[in-house]
Amino acid sequence: MNFERIKEKLEVLADAAKYDVSCASSGSTRKNTNKGLGNSSGMGICHSYTEDGRCVSLLKILLTNYCIFDCAYCVTRKSNDIKRAAFQVQEVVDLTIQFYRRNYIEGLFLSSGIFKNADYTMERLVRVAKKLREEENFNGYIHLKSIPGASDELMREAGLYADRLSVNIEIPTEQGLKKLAPDKNREDFIKPMRKVKQEIQVYRSEKKKFRHTPVYAPAGQSTQMIIGASGESDAQIMYTSAYFYKKFQMKRVYYSGYIPISYDPRLPAIGTEVPMMRENRLYQTDWLLRFYGFDIRELLNKETPNLDMDIDPKLSWALRNLSFFPVDINTADKSWLARIPGIGMKSVHKILSGRRHQTIRWYDLKRMGVALNRAQYFIHCPGSPHTHKDHTSAQIKGLIMSQSTSKYQHAYNGQLNLFQSATTALVS
Amino acid sequence: MLLTYDGTFEGMLTAVFMMYEEKIDDLQLVLANQPQASLFMTSEEVFSDATKAARVWDGIAKKGGKRVQQLMYKVFLSELPERESLLISFLKAFFSSQGTVAKNPAHPLTARMLQIQKMIGREKHRMDAFIRFMQTKEGWYVATVAPDFNVLPLNVAHFKARYADQQWLIYDVKRNYGFYYNEQTVEEVQLEQALAPNLSERLTTLYLSEEELQFQTLWQSYFQHTNIASRKNTKLHLRHVPKRYWKYLTEKQPVIKK
Repeated sequence: MNFERIKEKLEVLADAAKYDVSCASSGSTRKNTNKGLGNSSGMGICHSYTEDGRCVSLLKILLTNYCIFDCAYCVTRKSNDIKRAAFQVQEVVDLTIQFYRRNYIEGLFLSSGIFKNADYTMERLVRVAKKLREEENFNGYIHLKSIPGASDELMREAGLYADRLSVNIEIPTEQGLKKLAPDKNREDFIKPMRKVKQEIQVYRSEKKKFRHTPVYAPAGQSTQMIIGASGESDAQIMYTSAYFYKKFQMKRVYYSGYIPISYDPRLPAIGTEVPMMRENRLYQTDWLLRFYGFDIRELLNKETPNLDMDIDPKLSWALRNLSFFPVDINTADKSWLARIPGIGMKSVHKILSGRRHQTIRWYDLKRMGVALNRAQYFIHCPGSPHTHKDHTSAQIKGLIMSQSTSKYQHAYNGQLNLFQSATTALVS
Repeated sequence: MLLTYDGTFEGMLTAVFMMYEEKIDDLQLVLANQPQASLFMTSEEVFSDATKAARVWDGIAKKGGKRVQQLMYKVFLSELPERESLLISFLKAFFSSQGTVAKNPAHPLTARMLQIQKMIGREKHRMDAFIRFMQTKEGWYVATVAPDFNVLPLNVAHFKARYADQQWLIYDVKRNYGFYYNEQTVEEVQLEQALAPNLSERLTTLYLSEEELQFQTLWQSYFQHTNIASRKNTKLHLRHVPKRYWKYLTEKQPVIKK
């Protein structure tokens, strides 16, 4: 192995891959067989965290950053003057194995710029995965990117070796895509997605009949949207997301705050802050939809097209719907417990099992780890304070916010200050 | 009544057996090698007894299943000073309630046990994540750790399933013992006293395979290049990787110079 040369390539191709935020290594069912290497049947593991606080679970690299496309939002776009490199198939295999053996990673996340054409590129990604599985008896996690426009045959093969497949739609709306990536069309993204969805369905029904049906993409598929590059509202983003969850049974949709990397006038200027708070709120909304029984229309609609930046979406929903509260901790059913701000699903389950044995009192909640600073305004149980009975939404919000601080405060105070200075200017 | 024991899980369970057999209702259990706090109590030594321990252990399973066994074992591994008294009070409440106490997360004893279990689970998971193997000349993969709690016994199954085709040693330098896998079975091992404290040092200077440092360098540069500087968030970074764990992490060591 020529370490110097590999190191150079690794630097270029890790740099190019880092804007893809997916890092999940969970949800697979691949067990170690025949004394091979690796096991990904358990939960995901984050082996490290970068200084930006993101999880490092997989070796996330591009096979190459040569690309025939010129998408404005992408660092590897054709017209961008950057260093280019390409790995050989065997080099990626060796790196993955060596890193895995040292417990640095859970597996490989391989993506690529598109060189020559979609199938040519996809075929190489598949070859890496195949080699890992068949020659190295590797049972770690493999996430392959589905290359837009790749043929059905290749997508079928990809799913036989990969745990997860993903294709990033990147721009939440079709108009946005037309503006920023004129050579791409949405159908090219959808095509491999549809194929993978079908194959997963086929696998599930075959599995019921034949025990040894070869496993197909056991960790499902995911996609990613860039946030804040093309002016969409939170509602537009989340309705698109809900559509992909429903229509393509996505395991995950990722939201990636746009990092300015271009002087292109169609995009936010270099130096614009990465919308990290917004990203966080979108993930919270995503969680409410998937685990807390909320419907997208309750959280985002015509009246509220955007999420509050200063409070979380569940609290925000509760403040808009104060008439449903307070909820009685000892009698409310599961779905209502899940709607109380400050109570997560773990606490819901603790409350439910505790209730079978005793009345849950204020101090029991405290012991169970409920975030009472938020929950207190929305619950009723023996021992709960009654001081807030007649508070308005605005008062409750004020009380909660006065007890918390956020490092992103400037992000939403900024707007307020602007507004204040505008009004003072008017007055004077 | 004060009982002293050898600090093993078996010893603790034997003491519980004695508590019921001899109807001791104010049992206080302490480690044999620790200075005794209560001067006014009579003290007696517990001799670990596998049969007695097994009877208690089976009794727990009968009323609460594996889940409660796991809960107890994990609280024991915490090594917290309260662990003996907590486990004993919990077991008393558990047996007298026909096991229902363990199902009630609002019960003060269960709540505390669950809290400790969470701490242990987190530390165990961190070891799954933060252990870094180095390859020796003989082709072994060796890692040293010093976890906050005595969690390594919980990690064994994970590493055995994952690295079935390589010999590995994971060594707890704080507690001076470790686990060695010979591609067939995992054995608990204890290195000679003098060797342990310097294990990591010896590894980096003497016995590494030729390529080991090269792969460490590659990993370090990957780690640097996968970071997005404009998203820097030190607070979040430190929450996920507190500084006390940096000593394990290849990517957190100064860049290797040749």
